[in-house]
Amino acid sequence: MSWLTNTLSPVGLGWFGGFLTSSIGKKVLMALTGLFLISFLPIHLLGNLYLLKDDKGESFNLYAEFMTHNKIIKAVSYTLYLSIVLHAIQGLLLWRQNASARGQNYAVKVTRAVGTNARAATRMGWLGTILLIFILLHMYQFWLQMKLGNVPRAAYGNGEIVKDLYNPVMDAFANPTFVIIYVVSMIAIAFHLWHGFQSAFQTLGLNHGKYTPFIKALGKAYSVLIPAGFAIIPIYVYGDSMGWW
Amino acid sequence: MENMHLKLKIWRQGGKFSKKGEFVTYELDNVSEHMSFLEMLDVLNEKLITQREEPVAFEHDCREGICGTCSMVINGHPHGPNAGTTTCQLHMRFFRDGDTITVEPFRAKSFPVVKDLVVERAAFDRIIQAGGFVSINTGQAQDANAIPVSKESATASFDAAACIGCGACVAACPNASAMLFVSAKVSHLALLPQGKVEAKRRALAMVKQMDLEGFGNCSNVTACEAECPKEISVENIARLNREYISAAFVYDEKEEKGGGAG
Repeated sequence: MSWLTNTLSPVGLGWFGGFLTSSIGKKVLMALTGLFLISFLPIHLLGNLYLLKDDKGESFNLYAEFMTHNKIIKAVSYTLYLSIVLHAIQGLLLWRQNASARGQNYAVKVTRAVGTNARAATRMGWLGTILLIFILLHMYQFWLQMKLGNVPRAAYGNGEIVKDLYNPVMDAFANPTFVIIYVVSMIAIAFHLWHGFQSAFQTLGLNHGKYTPFIKALGKAYSVLIPAGFAIIPIYVYGDSMGWW
Repeated sequence: MENMHLKLKIWRQGGKFSKKGEFVTYELDNVSEHMSFLEMLDVLNEKLITQREEPVAFEHDCREGICGTCSMVINGHPHGPNAGTTTCQLHMRFFRDGDTITVEPFRAKSFPVVKDLVVERAAFDRIIQAGGFVSINTGQAQDANAIPVSKESATASFDAAACIGCGACVAACPNASAMLFVSAKVSHLALLPQGKVEAKRRALAMVKQMDLEGFGNCSNVTACEAECPKEISVENIARLNREYISAAFVYDEKEEKGGGAG
């Protein structure tokens, strides 16, 4: 009697599973995790800016101490790790599925786009892979060493001894290889966000004549300014170590 | 340039040609700039037939840009490089003497090649069958304004209804996604009172069928809108996303399966 028998859930996962495994549900997961990661970037950047303060790392290390010991921030950070994992795995799966949906490739193919950058939009998989490798390296180099306590200790004003992340970061940024890896990764994140920021809103169905121009403009400004803010720090530290300024 | 000489690099598949397909280059003289692209192919085919060669199979029907049949990718663009036109509306004056033109079929796993430039687009029919309709008889024409429809809804619905189901969106999409097509069909019905009644289950059913057909996922590249001969906007895709997300969370299919009273 129904032309709609078994509307949802092609594989018997219930309605929610059916939603998550649908093409739109997969993209909704990408959009939500992506927006959460986007919202985290300025917080991370504000912390990093302490590196520029000329106090031998006191404010940066105390900030790191606070961030690693506050319960609410810990809960948020686990949500963040989960988001990175989900965004990366789902992204790689979508990339594979999308690449195979064409079958035979075109001999000549020109991709035009409306209101976004076609080159960035069609290379989200590659950009994301660069970012995943960067995040793994980044977390191994700083996060894991901090977690395992493989960093020096420093004592400040109130006599409290805290982990010293400042000096390992300064050492890394005095190394031109790391500076280049870091800056290239920030360029990749800029292109990733150039498309991803506004794309997330579109996926969630938020496209409206009144707000979309603002979202697109904000996305463009965000995708340039935030990565530029991150990239300036290693360049500044490197230049400082070389006595350029 | 009155009459052009062209090199046509055309995909041939099946018939006397290999099953997996190959490009064959043909030379064509005296191509008038007034010809449509399809008329130019007609001339090529007449030449091939006189030479006792197999003509190029391509689809065509209305030749006035409303049927959506003339699917082919010309120099990397579905329906050719011009915006807002179908292949039959593309005229040879947009090419230059001595040009090499590459002509390929729409490429997507869900659009298998039947022969040469002809692809099977039954996947779109099955998506429509899954829910792209209003399941009541419309009856007699209503009195004017018996069912109020706002100007904005009518316009947006009509813009979506301009979709001719040609499949250029799939052909243009780097992921071979059918989201623009499905979103146009969902939008044009959901925006009107008669279609709104079944909007939720329609969105669920059509997206499910779209996924079953093996189309790719939308990456919001917007190549579909850029190449759509009817210039359907990706705003429709956002509307489909809204319809689908809300339907997934509030539409209970169990209630639908229950029988009516009596």
